[in-house]
Amino acid sequence: MKLTMLRAFALLAGLSLVAASVAEDIFMTRTQQTFPEAMLELQQQIKSHGYTLSRVQRVDIGLTKSGYKTDKYRVVFFGKADEIKWVGDNYPEWIPYLPLKIAIFSEAQDTLLITSDPEEIFFSDDAKFKKIITRWKKDISAIFHEMAD
Amino acid sequence: MRLFISFCLLLVTSSYTLADTHVGAMLYKKNCIACHGASGKGGVGVPLALESFQAQASDRFLKNTIRFGRIGRVMPAFKSLSEDEVNALVAYIRTFAKATPPVYSQQPIRANAKHGATLFSQNCAACHGDHGQGGKGTGVTFSRPRDLPIIAPALNNEGFLKSASDAMIQATLQQGRKGTPMVSFLENGMSEQDINDVVAYIRTFEKDLPTRTNVDDEPYYLEVESSLSFEKTVASLKQAVIGENYRLIRTQKFDYGLVNVEQEDPKKVVVYFCNFKLLNEALTVDPRVGLFLPCRLTVVEHKGKVKIMAINPLHLSHFFNNDELDNLCKGMRETYEVIMEGATL
Repeated sequence: MKLTMLRAFALLAGLSLVAASVAEDIFMTRTQQTFPEAMLELQQQIKSHGYTLSRVQRVDIGLTKSGYKTDKYRVVFFGKADEIKWVGDNYPEWIPYLPLKIAIFSEAQDTLLITSDPEEIFFSDDAKFKKIITRWKKDISAIFHEMAD
Repeated sequence: MRLFISFCLLLVTSSYTLADTHVGAMLYKKNCIACHGASGKGGVGVPLALESFQAQASDRFLKNTIRFGRIGRVMPAFKSLSEDEVNALVAYIRTFAKATPPVYSQQPIRANAKHGATLFSQNCAACHGDHGQGGKGTGVTFSRPRDLPIIAPALNNEGFLKSASDAMIQATLQQGRKGTPMVSFLENGMSEQDINDVVAYIRTFEKDLPTRTNVDDEPYYLEVESSLSFEKTVASLKQAVIGENYRLIRTQKFDYGLVNVEQEDPKKVVVYFCNFKLLNEALTVDPRVGLFLPCRLTVVEHKGKVKIMAINPLHLSHFFNNDELDNLCKGMRETYEVIMEGATL
């Protein structure tokens, strides 16, 4: 059960290099920021990584108007215009999955963020598309890392 | 230097628990915090900090749960974690409560499974399901309507059966679990032999584990070619959406918001729609369902052909490890196909 000191240090050193988001196939993270704070920071993070915010879908509004109980829930759509256009023109089969999106919702005082791992969703033999997918993953990992407490 | 040597000596002479829990805390933050919460009070995942849970869950149970997960019940299998990392994670989870971890015998309990089946249907099936499939609505956060901090676990789950020894299941039945709906069946009139019979029955689930939806052959997108013009296809699609009892949310260009209005591609149009009853059900099944939202079909004119396209919800849902969500997505795929065919007839 007990780790040797060396192994513990090795583990700590390794862990400090990994992103602070979750699960194997999807990115998920929790922040103790309130929903409005987290929402604001998410939008800033998206922009600071060079992406444009396409729009924000308010999921909760329609639900509460229809009489259902729910808490704050949004879906944030974003992308880089040139990349989205290029993929849409050359690989239209991926249009239904674009622009990229992050779901953000409150859970009591915390806020949760979730998105899919682009490398799990998208695949291609095209070197240019592969490069785009890899960068999407890297950028989304970084955004989630920044958003994590 | 003297300080560093002193620090090292301190670590060597004291227990390594501090190092374990420090590593564990980092691993917890990376892998668990999103679902189980910063202090283990639960959310999408179960409340690990529950005193009664910690008093009944052995280290072996926790380690195997991390290792094998709960197939089809949201909790993923963390196969890439090393043994040391799993140990560190368990050490950290133990800091959430003061309970002493139990150690159970791994010996199987031999008893009358047939009698156990009768007792199970009378006493357990109401919460755990007729076949031990667990309560409905896996992965419900506290932001959604929820009366209790835990949903009855699936007992016919491979991960559960690999993690819980017969003795642990027996202890849970005998003692109940304070803070959850699980009562003590010793106090509720069962004898120790009855409880052993129920344990023997639960163990029979290993022989008939539920099969999962196979998504390997699923296409990642759906498309139907339209013989109508682009504009007529969009109009027809909207009618078909309404005809299937969905509410139109908005119609926009595919690149809306990313480019100026005058630069938008007029031959790629997205139609968003919703059925709020279904949406509410979907969020109850899995709060992470936002990645599928809102329902959407896209009309694309490409190389002279007009097509209606959609994601295949099953391509996305299998990443969520949630069988209930898979079932919903199967229905959603059929709905997409009906709408797409209706629009292009």
